[in-house]
Amino acid sequence: MSGRSAGASGSPFAPHTADETAAMLDALGVDEEADLFDIPDEVAFDGEFGIPQRGERAVVGDLRETFARNDDLTEFLGRGHYSHYVPAVVDDLSSRSEFLTSYTQYQPEITQGFLQALFEYQSILVELTGLPVANCSMYDAATALAEAALLSDRVRSTSGSTVLVPGDLRDGKRATLDNYVDGSDLSVETYPYDDNTADLDALAELVGEDTAFVYAETPTVTGAIEPDLAAVGDLADEHDALFCVGSDPVALSLLEEPASVGADVVVGEAGVLGLPASYGMGLGLFACREEYLRQVPGRLVGESEDADDRRAFTLTLQTREQHIRKERATSNICTNQAWVALRAAMHAAYLGPDGLVDLAEDCVRDAASVAASLDALDGVEAPLDDRHHFREFTVGVDDAPGVAAGLEEHGFAVHTLDDETLQVCVTDLNVDAADDLVAAFAEVTA
Amino acid sequence: MNYDQARYGDDDRNEPLLSEKDSTEVDPGEGSALPDELTRDSLELPGLSEPELARHYTRLSQMNWSVEAGPYPLGSCTMKYNPSFADDVAADPNAAVHPDRDPETVQGNLELLYGLQEYLATIGGMDAVTLQPPAGAAGEFTGIAVAKAYHERNGNDRSEVIVPASAHGTNFATAAMAGYDVVELPSGEDGRVDVEALEAAVSDDTAALMLTNPNTVGLFERDIVEIAEIVHDAGGLLYYDGANLNALLGRARPGDMGFDIMHYNVHKTFATPHGGGGPGAGPVGVVDELAEFLPRPRVRKAGEAGRIGAADGSDTATAADGGALAGHDHDHGNADDNEEGDSYELFDPEHSIGKVHGFSGNWLVLIRAYAYIRRLGDEGLLDASAKAVLNANYLADLLDLEVPYGPFHHEFAATAGERDAADVAKGMLDYGVHPPTTKWPEMVPEAMLTEPTEVENKRSLEDLANAFNEAFADTDEELHAAPTKTASRRVDQTSAARNPRLSWHALDESRNASENANGE
Repeated sequence: MSGRSAGASGSPFAPHTADETAAMLDALGVDEEADLFDIPDEVAFDGEFGIPQRGERAVVGDLRETFARNDDLTEFLGRGHYSHYVPAVVDDLSSRSEFLTSYTQYQPEITQGFLQALFEYQSILVELTGLPVANCSMYDAATALAEAALLSDRVRSTSGSTVLVPGDLRDGKRATLDNYVDGSDLSVETYPYDDNTADLDALAELVGEDTAFVYAETPTVTGAIEPDLAAVGDLADEHDALFCVGSDPVALSLLEEPASVGADVVVGEAGVLGLPASYGMGLGLFACREEYLRQVPGRLVGESEDADDRRAFTLTLQTREQHIRKERATSNICTNQAWVALRAAMHAAYLGPDGLVDLAEDCVRDAASVAASLDALDGVEAPLDDRHHFREFTVGVDDAPGVAAGLEEHGFAVHTLDDETLQVCVTDLNVDAADDLVAAFAEVTA
Repeated sequence: MNYDQARYGDDDRNEPLLSEKDSTEVDPGEGSALPDELTRDSLELPGLSEPELARHYTRLSQMNWSVEAGPYPLGSCTMKYNPSFADDVAADPNAAVHPDRDPETVQGNLELLYGLQEYLATIGGMDAVTLQPPAGAAGEFTGIAVAKAYHERNGNDRSEVIVPASAHGTNFATAAMAGYDVVELPSGEDGRVDVEALEAAVSDDTAALMLTNPNTVGLFERDIVEIAEIVHDAGGLLYYDGANLNALLGRARPGDMGFDIMHYNVHKTFATPHGGGGPGAGPVGVVDELAEFLPRPRVRKAGEAGRIGAADGSDTATAADGGALAGHDHDHGNADDNEEGDSYELFDPEHSIGKVHGFSGNWLVLIRAYAYIRRLGDEGLLDASAKAVLNANYLADLLDLEVPYGPFHHEFAATAGERDAADVAKGMLDYGVHPPTTKWPEMVPEAMLTEPTEVENKRSLEDLANAFNEAFADTDEELHAAPTKTASRRVDQTSAARNPRLSWHALDESRNASENANGE
């Protein structure tokens, strides 16, 4: 048989005709492909996994059916993972195969397009954070925080080895941080929150000569905006500890830039731009002061010139990276989230400064308005603190698990924090359903 | 092949930066619902109309190479064509849910995760799999953290991880990140692990040996059973770096070779578009004895202890058993036994190391891997490795460059010999192909590590060989002048590193500085 037929078995993505395969085998002087494998019999496998080959239509149909098993709920969920509406043009442009099916830009001359896009991404983060260095993406907020703590271990000038994080830190971040610091001299301790933001008095007691790193989030995990971030930074600074702020690009469009309150490092979740709801997939934001440049984890794109003296971009400072410095590398990162970073930059450029600020303002106003509507219900208190809020807030009820279950029956998903506390997150994607959520709350709590 | 890459812009530069097209400064605090002290005073960013945005990114895309444009034979990167249907299902809106959803309400997602765990376990000959690590290197870190937790739980603190000199740089970095001393193992004369050197290197301090098989010059470690025995006898664990798994699909399984832990680069082996450097996903598989240390949570069928055929913990071996980790009877049952109507739940492994990602990993990549495995099935997976290996051997045979070692599987390291491999690579760019990985692994001088994958056919491989041979035959002067047909000519990477300019703010600063200097 020559040519590929519809019934041909084998990989549908290997383009060899039977004749070509035969000619190639002939050229190599072997009878069949199996003869090319240099595998001892004792570990050879017969290829039978028990997975049948399926047609494309069948696979697509199967998976659509599988995903249709998910309940159709309107999500008022946040706590570190947020989705905003992503303009269709971002899907369209980022899906151009020249972006989607390219690789790390090891040959800059032929990958200028992606290099420039990543340089632009870095630049947008520099503007949002106020810090002069931003890398071109990490996995997610949790791993970015963990890498920031490791950076403090490399650059700290004190003998400190304690990483101070909020007691309310999300479990995913704390557990990831614990794993990352396990191989270093660092140990993680917590400071308490008061009214859902940093308890400055308690923190002042805890910060000391052994503190290497102080981490604060704004907005916090419950959506509260830190009222005095500068004071946290001052406490860190007094003890020569690095001050790290966790946030996201939409919040940073409106809130004071972290550099102006003394942040040495900014980490967070940049996937709030460009990334659709994706079951927890993220885009780690990482920016820092210039003096830590050579200790930054991940990839960096820099500007240079080509042989014709034209502007050109290239991956740079690669001596920090694992393929050059091996066990002395600043991180083990190889694959990163470049394509998601591309999408985030596109989304930011689509919105522009006015659009970003408007989106951020909506995150403040909509959260306040929904909280007020819930607070007006009997037996419901929202928010449970005296803070300004961004996207989300806590809600007090008598029987939180019961209320959450009732809301689920009405088609809504909210967080349950404990027996008496729920958390609700409002974004442009669910704000239209907010009145229905409030009505459901009224019914369930009545 | 004739080739000219698009380039845009005037004589001084390529496509203008977003900031050069349009940039506006606004005062976010003005009219804000927040008090002044909480808001920033200024935000200066570009904002483009949709048509301008479309044109900017389309132009940038045209100044970028991709696997859909032509061959991308980067050794150890497995840059293969990625089928479009997998992108299509990954974009299914029903799959786009928040990670904190009540598990009972996202049964579809859990079904896929469970199915992928099963597929990967079977393909790797492993007993339990976590899908959480968001990249291959993150998988390595997870695997080594699991090894560490296992040793510590057995009261067995070990300080060293052995890594062959030819291994991926990530292995060294990972072991160091996990707090281990790295013991570098020199390659034997045949390019493989030197068993005697390994025997000398292992000790009571050995936590693990990290090995790629076939290794980074495409050589199968034929002594793998003996290697596993040596490591296990010393009480260490054997770690499989899955970067080269594409070469082995259906031919051999790491679990059968005696590996205790492995990561899968699902974006390489099972196809996910690499997206300019990511995202990927690096699931980790382990043998029964290590399952209880995997990151939390994992997925199981409701009412099931874990994976079918997996241990309930009753036969947990310890390193003191001496080699008890070797010789598993891995489940050879049907990997495709998901049944409609099953329900799934999350559970935390008993001695879990915790988490390695804030949520559940790179979901969109996992969907593609699952779709790809279902599409190919046994026959497709087996054929993928067959054609990948056939292609590598056919291409190597066509080259005028010397290819040391062999026989090799899916990739080979040709040597540019007296020529500069990086220069030859720049020469190749003008022939309409992407050059291979250069100057690595170090065991081959002026290495050009080449991996065509299964997606090139005979003619494409011959074109690729021509590009190699013609560039190799060019004079030094011609190579130094290359490339000429790409969006940029040779980029000065030294000056970029010496004087880093990493944002458009830095460009403005350096422009102002030079204007000031000129004015004086």
